[in-house]
Amino acid sequence: MATVVADADEAVAGIVDGSTVLIGGFGTAGQPVELIDALIRSDVKDLTVINNNAGNGRVGLAALLANGQVRKIICSFPRQADSYVFDELYRTGRVELELVPQGNLAERIRAAGAGIGAFFCPTGVGTPLAEGKERRSIDGRDYVLEYPIKGDVALIKARRADTLGNLVYRKTARNFGPVMAMAAKITVVQVDEIVEPGGIDPEVVITPGIFVDRLVQIDAVSPPAQAGAAG
Amino acid sequence: MIMQPTFDPSRPLDRDDLARLVAADIPRGSYVNLGIGQPTRVADFLDRDRGVILHTENGMLGVGPQAYGDDIDPDLLNAGKIPVTETPGAAYFDHAESFAMMRGGHLDICVLGAFQVSFDGNLANWHTGGLDAIPAVGGAMDLAIGAREVFVLMTLFSKDGMPKLVPKCTYPLTGLACVSRVYTDYGVFVLTDHGVVTRATYGISRDDLAERLGVILQTA
Repeated sequence: MATVVADADEAVAGIVDGSTVLIGGFGTAGQPVELIDALIRSDVKDLTVINNNAGNGRVGLAALLANGQVRKIICSFPRQADSYVFDELYRTGRVELELVPQGNLAERIRAAGAGIGAFFCPTGVGTPLAEGKERRSIDGRDYVLEYPIKGDVALIKARRADTLGNLVYRKTARNFGPVMAMAAKITVVQVDEIVEPGGIDPEVVITPGIFVDRLVQIDAVSPPAQAGAAG
Repeated sequence: MIMQPTFDPSRPLDRDDLARLVAADIPRGSYVNLGIGQPTRVADFLDRDRGVILHTENGMLGVGPQAYGDDIDPDLLNAGKIPVTETPGAAYFDHAESFAMMRGGHLDICVLGAFQVSFDGNLANWHTGGLDAIPAVGGAMDLAIGAREVFVLMTLFSKDGMPKLVPKCTYPLTGLACVSRVYTDYGVFVLTDHGVVTRATYGISRDDLAERLGVILQTA
């Protein structure tokens, strides 16, 4: 059952050293910056972080990296125009990188949330990113075996929640939120607005509250979009 | 049928020519993903009455033109993280669903850039393999094997004059036997089971081109 907590610090309480943390967002869109800031204040260490990217500028995920709290990052597109924090850590061997094709990242997270043990996927066959993975031909097409990515905790951002944890998102800020919400032991969601049950039309709920554990309302001001970075 | 643009065959195509040429080859009503960089330019030549619906892998169908000024919304980005607009009838969805559209064979065409394409359609476009390079793949591998047709838009020669349409890719691969057409400044190539078919050449004769590429070029 979802619990509404008072602030971001309470929302991330209990995350321990060595945790695997799924962090939503595609670049800055949908990145739960205030939850990440609380994680920085908690000083938890040795984290494995899953995100599409590896931080932008010096805020949010980049600040978490800069604070030396991340041991390993699993992502699809670390290198961007403003990923200098990650670039420096990677080049000096202070953070480990597992590079995963973007669709595999999403599907591996979804699989974790859906109770799938592993799945055969055609993406990456014959490329360096499939090396060492089990390969199988099914109906004349080649696939590689991909395993789920589970989180100890997921930190995501949505537009609005009701107190039961039903969520709606906003535009392309939805991105990894719905799959990450399913895939962690504890799912923590920051939203702009929390309403009473009935305040969200059941037909438009994107993430049902069963996947949500902690909710915090934060009057977030999204950072400006940063143009020109791929992936 | 869409009117094919015509170009002066005595000079290489420029970037806008190439984008116009690719746009003319996209059938009405197609679902299309345009890769980051040059391929995005193709959108400038797709008239709205063509009914082509643009997909962006971060979770949207019906992508509109780039947003400027007051229209910029930090929650509305394309895959290049550039602020965009939405068109009437647009739809948003999560990442797993977005990539299911590719792998599941629902996306008609993607247009990608490339470091190299081999004669048999292998694509290399994500990593130079350089020791100091930080690898980044994004959705390139998913698009390469997922879209029903993969068009590559690139310069035919690298800055040091080496062909990028090659017998065998030397850069790390993105996908196997996935590219069907290659649009370049010096020519348009259709990759078939029977070899490389030249649809047109620009600013170079077919014989000279075959010699520089080291391949027998068939005619359509």
